[in-house]
Amino acid sequence: MQLSTKHLLGIRDLQASDIQTILDTATQFKEVLQRPIKKVPTLRDVTIVNLFYENSTRTRISFELAEKRLSADTINFTASGSSVSKGESLLDTVNNILSMKVDMVVMRHSASGAPHFLAKHIPAAIINAGDGINEHPTQALLDAFSIREKLGSLEGKKVAIIGDIMHSRVALSNIYLLKKMGAEVMVAGPPTLIPVHITEAFGIPVEYNLRKALEWCDVANVLRIQLERQNQVLFSSLREYSLAYGINRKLLDGLSKEIVIMHPGPINRGVELDSDAADSKQSIILQQVENGVAVRMAVLYLLAGKVSNL
Amino acid sequence: MKTILTEKELAITIQRLSHQLLENHLAYDDLAIIGIQPRGIFFSNRIVQQINQQIAPEKITYGKLDITFYRDDVRQGLHTLNQTDIPFSIEKKTVILVDDVLYTGRTVRAAMDALLAFGRPAKVELCILIDRRFSREVPIQADYAGRSIDTIITQKVKVLWKERDGKEEVVLL
Repeated sequence: MQLSTKHLLGIRDLQASDIQTILDTATQFKEVLQRPIKKVPTLRDVTIVNLFYENSTRTRISFELAEKRLSADTINFTASGSSVSKGESLLDTVNNILSMKVDMVVMRHSASGAPHFLAKHIPAAIINAGDGINEHPTQALLDAFSIREKLGSLEGKKVAIIGDIMHSRVALSNIYLLKKMGAEVMVAGPPTLIPVHITEAFGIPVEYNLRKALEWCDVANVLRIQLERQNQVLFSSLREYSLAYGINRKLLDGLSKEIVIMHPGPINRGVELDSDAADSKQSIILQQVENGVAVRMAVLYLLAGKVSNL
Repeated sequence: MKTILTEKELAITIQRLSHQLLENHLAYDDLAIIGIQPRGIFFSNRIVQQINQQIAPEKITYGKLDITFYRDDVRQGLHTLNQTDIPFSIEKKTVILVDDVLYTGRTVRAAMDALLAFGRPAKVELCILIDRRFSREVPIQADYAGRSIDTIITQKVKVLWKERDGKEEVVLL
């Protein structure tokens, strides 16, 4: 019932038993969220800062709700409108916040490795809410929780991660997690959006044909095309991407079995996912969002155990 | 090691407590029994089984409550979570909290706190198998007790159940 780590920097550092503990704990928190009063007094003495150097809707609201439902005190920090725009460094900003007695830091940053850097320099527990193109561990955990809820377990399940693998921290965290938990993983997308050495690095198959990938999998985790992270043109147009890699009702109906559709959001409707697929019964996209709060409560609860004020 | 209740005595005590509960709550439509996780469940399962036999074919409303999040020592180390299962409203019901051993009273305090997240019960009562008298740290007393015993702090009361420990008895270590 203890995690092997003080911070949650990435799925890479977690053991399979840690992941199991987090998912099991999240199950109990999901029950808390069904109660008439969806709040427990567990983290009454903990102060958490949400440090968002990059835009976010879901993750930030989800973390904030998770913190509030655990009765923690929260401070929200966004880079715009703060002294960051006056040129204050990351370490200075965080040290200033920590000197006001903050116990945990939830952070998102556009630079890969920013939370790892902070973890080396500050005493507070750090939860990575997405760093550059590296990892987004809580997203992978909530994806795993949602798959487990829908299909019963992760072991032996076939998950295809589809789309922009190259720029996606969700993809990387998911690959680590699914492999650790005994699921089969495949990545699919246009060759320009898939890292060249991914098969050697992770031992996972690559599929360039969307239909074949969908035929293979039990779950399709469809990623967002991240226009903001692309400096060069990796495909000719959104329309062409959509024609080759967009998932729609017709494509899903043509498959030999019913697969589960997931998406970490925000959806580019009509690009990687059509509305008739995203809003169908096969999609668990909104369940993912719902489970996100329970999973983040579990992570906060388990890591706060390592913060000692007493 | 000293045996407080043998298997036979334990069975009789459980039967007596379930009869007492029923006697005091003849209108059992408004009654809900809630066992406290993890160890109170074995005891509450038996109480509920006895009551259901008495009122068959009807069934008493029965739930399980995990109090981990409400413990006053929750931040002094991680505690294993258990399942909470209260699939009914406790609003305006008489709730009987059921646990195996009443010692400091802190668990019951936390349970009452946790219970309020599910609504406002008309009344809350406490049913305990073993009451360790004179060792309370908060002002809480049982309404129904299987056996009251005098113990000192260094002693430990252990309740053994068939499905978990292979035999059924209560011992003082």
